[in-house]
Amino acid sequence: MKRISLFTICFIIFIGSWVFLQFVIGGVISKPIPNSVIGMYMALVLVAILVHVSVEDSRFLEFLRPIHETLVDDKYRVRRLVLVIAIPVLLTGFTYTNLAQKTPPPGDPRDAHPTPPLELKYKDEVIETMQKAQNPYRHYEKDDPEAFKSHVENGRRVYYDNCFYCHGDHLDGQGHFAHGLQPLPANFQDPGIIPNFQESFFFWRISKGGPGLPASGTPWNSAMPVWEDHLTQEEIWDVILFLSDYTGYKYRTFGEGH
Amino acid sequence: MRKNSLLTKKRVYLILGIMLLGYILLSVAPAFAQDATDAEYRPFPLIGSRNAAWIAAQLHLLFGSFILGVPMFAVIIEFIGWKTKEERYDRMAKEFIKLCMGAFSTTALLGGVLVFVLLWCYPKVMSKLSGIFGPTMIFYVILFFGETFTLYLYSYGWDKMQGRFKGWHLFLGVLLNVWGTAIMFVSNTWLTYQTSPGTQLRKLTEKTKEAWIESSIAQNPELTRSEVMADVTDHTVIPLHNETTGEFLGTVWEAVNNFTWMPVNIHRLIGNIAFGGSIVAAYAAFRFLVAKSKEDKAHYDWMGYNGNFIALCGLIPLPFAGYWLGREIYMFNNTMGINMMGALFSWLFILQAVMIGVLFIGANYYLWSGMGRIDGGKVYARYRPYMIAVIVICVGIWMTPRTLSKISTASELSAMGGGNHPHIGLFGLMTAKNTAVNIIILTTFLSFLFYRRSGKAPTVSWKGIGNIIISVIFFLGVVSIVVIGIVGFTVDTDIRVNILTPWQVVIALTVMFAVTVLDIFMYRKASTSGTIRWGQISERSQYVLILLAITFTSLMGLMGYARSGLREGWHIFGVMKDTSADAFTPSLSSAVNTVSVIMVIFFALVGFIFWLGLWGEKKKENAVQLEAEVATESDD
Repeated sequence: MKRISLFTICFIIFIGSWVFLQFVIGGVISKPIPNSVIGMYMALVLVAILVHVSVEDSRFLEFLRPIHETLVDDKYRVRRLVLVIAIPVLLTGFTYTNLAQKTPPPGDPRDAHPTPPLELKYKDEVIETMQKAQNPYRHYEKDDPEAFKSHVENGRRVYYDNCFYCHGDHLDGQGHFAHGLQPLPANFQDPGIIPNFQESFFFWRISKGGPGLPASGTPWNSAMPVWEDHLTQEEIWDVILFLSDYTGYKYRTFGEGH
Repeated sequence: MRKNSLLTKKRVYLILGIMLLGYILLSVAPAFAQDATDAEYRPFPLIGSRNAAWIAAQLHLLFGSFILGVPMFAVIIEFIGWKTKEERYDRMAKEFIKLCMGAFSTTALLGGVLVFVLLWCYPKVMSKLSGIFGPTMIFYVILFFGETFTLYLYSYGWDKMQGRFKGWHLFLGVLLNVWGTAIMFVSNTWLTYQTSPGTQLRKLTEKTKEAWIESSIAQNPELTRSEVMADVTDHTVIPLHNETTGEFLGTVWEAVNNFTWMPVNIHRLIGNIAFGGSIVAAYAAFRFLVAKSKEDKAHYDWMGYNGNFIALCGLIPLPFAGYWLGREIYMFNNTMGINMMGALFSWLFILQAVMIGVLFIGANYYLWSGMGRIDGGKVYARYRPYMIAVIVICVGIWMTPRTLSKISTASELSAMGGGNHPHIGLFGLMTAKNTAVNIIILTTFLSFLFYRRSGKAPTVSWKGIGNIIISVIFFLGVVSIVVIGIVGFTVDTDIRVNILTPWQVVIALTVMFAVTVLDIFMYRKASTSGTIRWGQISERSQYVLILLAITFTSLMGLMGYARSGLREGWHIFGVMKDTSADAFTPSLSSAVNTVSVIMVIFFALVGFIFWLGLWGEKKKENAVQLEAEVATESDD
């Protein structure tokens, strides 16, 4: 039985990796992965293959042998002809699909998170610097659990009166209106949202909404209303307490560990 | 006829040159016609003030990094040569310092250019900074003189101070490093202060504390003294300026000891070693590729190996130092931290991951290639595919963006259910990335361990148990790092940042330390089954060394853009606004272009300096050869 060449093995690994990412991880196990990310991973697979085959001279020659034979050996004239036609055709197709006018709209060009201002404001009143501003009702969590509970309950009311239409019943960004929005509303159940930001950051995003987003990192495309026009400071702080209480995630703090 | 055509050609070039010079003078003339008395800013002709300062500063820093990094390991190598009495170490250290000498004057020249550009383009900023840091600038000049004369003595005295003076020569080498490190620490104060003009309460003098309390009350007369101090602890960051007038309130030392000063010092100190090692490795690779004799090939192969080893020694702790710096930036100002990791500069950190991935993959590739020239080195080849897989998977995790909205189509975003992929998106969080980095570092360490063991067989009776213990240490270390990484998804960020991540680092360092100690004892009296055939390494591996130097340079340029750009529209963050036409933060693509231009200029200058060294060497060799021929003829 003829031994499979190193080149063929590498080719199978390369195609296998793509199938695994595209259909197994991006289909069976989880949700589809964007093509750009798959492209990035495939570049790494290619690097890994090239590193493996080229570290030793003997292995590198073994890897190159079928390429060399295809290019010079008359035995492989048909294969050569097929490749000479197929490679330019594939490259043409690739170039065309990349350059052709696309009908679907592009993704969201915004930054992952907007840069907050240095000062936290409610309407025009400066509350404190963004670094120092704290939820004035947070201390009730330890000092007066009953008062804390009532603030959380008030936050729950505010949330289900105003926010759940977009951010969802379960705070997972899957509200009734979510499917009509791009970008999708924030998913507070995601482990990367609440734990990475201070409460002051959330106060700023809620109070200023989409129109209050900073000049840097534009263009923005947020449908978030300016809630300071409709909610009091207390209501905003309360809804922030509720978000954390419901999801179980704690906001970013800068404790005495430093 | 030929001579005439050459003359004509020369004349054409001369005329073209004069025309070009005239054109440049005409185009820059309006800029110099600006009012030069009380201007806040003066535009730099053609490329603009920011680009001029950027290019001059980055080139100065790249050369500075090289001349500060190289003496650190040159003096260690010289010491090894002295103790082991192996002349080749002394030759290599001398060659390193020779490269340094060429780059030293260029560094000083670029420093001068930078000062002129800053004084001309940003007089008000420079006046503010020199008003605060005046004494440190005088200290800097003294240090610079110290370093210059020590370097001259160290370099020119190399041959004279052999034998019984070697100890003194080594002392000069150490002194050179003391001057160099002090110079860097001093100049770091100015730029770190611009980024983080504040310090913690516990570091303030009573006088500054009082001045700050008074300025807070003056700013808001309704506040009482106790209200100002209400939530203030020893760790609270206190600005060193009156927040209304911008007047400096502190002492020089408080400005020096600002929030990011020490993290930047340590990050740059380690970075200089890595960068210096990579540049000398690239130099050795170039000399290897052009070498004609077997001896030269062997020497430069060995030099390249040492350069890469030094670069690796710097590269391994570098991510830890970088993490500390990032953490301090968050601690100083959360807005700046979010801007860095989650907003405007977040994609830069994806680029950074790709480039550090290239560095680690390249460094491992070089080690694995090197095992091919050791008899008996192939024993470890069977582990290689798994190590490649581990490194590549970890690099993949490190370079996965948290939010994919910028690189996805609208339909892909809908299919994912938002900008964050439910599973792949988890790789974008720091706990996953930190875990991946630690595993990459341990795998690279394993490659180095295999390299060290190649061609050797331990003779100690406990070699079997020793190998089992080493395997168990590695296994437990990796499992602990992964478990901590997984736990990191579930705990508060404060705990992850301040407890879990440092523990991952401690575990990685402990594994490396424990295994190194055990391995040294195991292989102390090892029998050597094969020799290293220096000079018999693939040319591909040498190109990898050059690629590593290029990657290091680009990485430094890009991260420099992040460090400086983080201030956004401020000369001194939160204190002095940038109101010039260049106040905007350049986009990532624009920064990449500028850094690429800087990199090309840097390598052109470095190439020229190396070529000068080679030229001088050739002339010397020719003279020696001529002398030998004359001597032979007169003997006849």
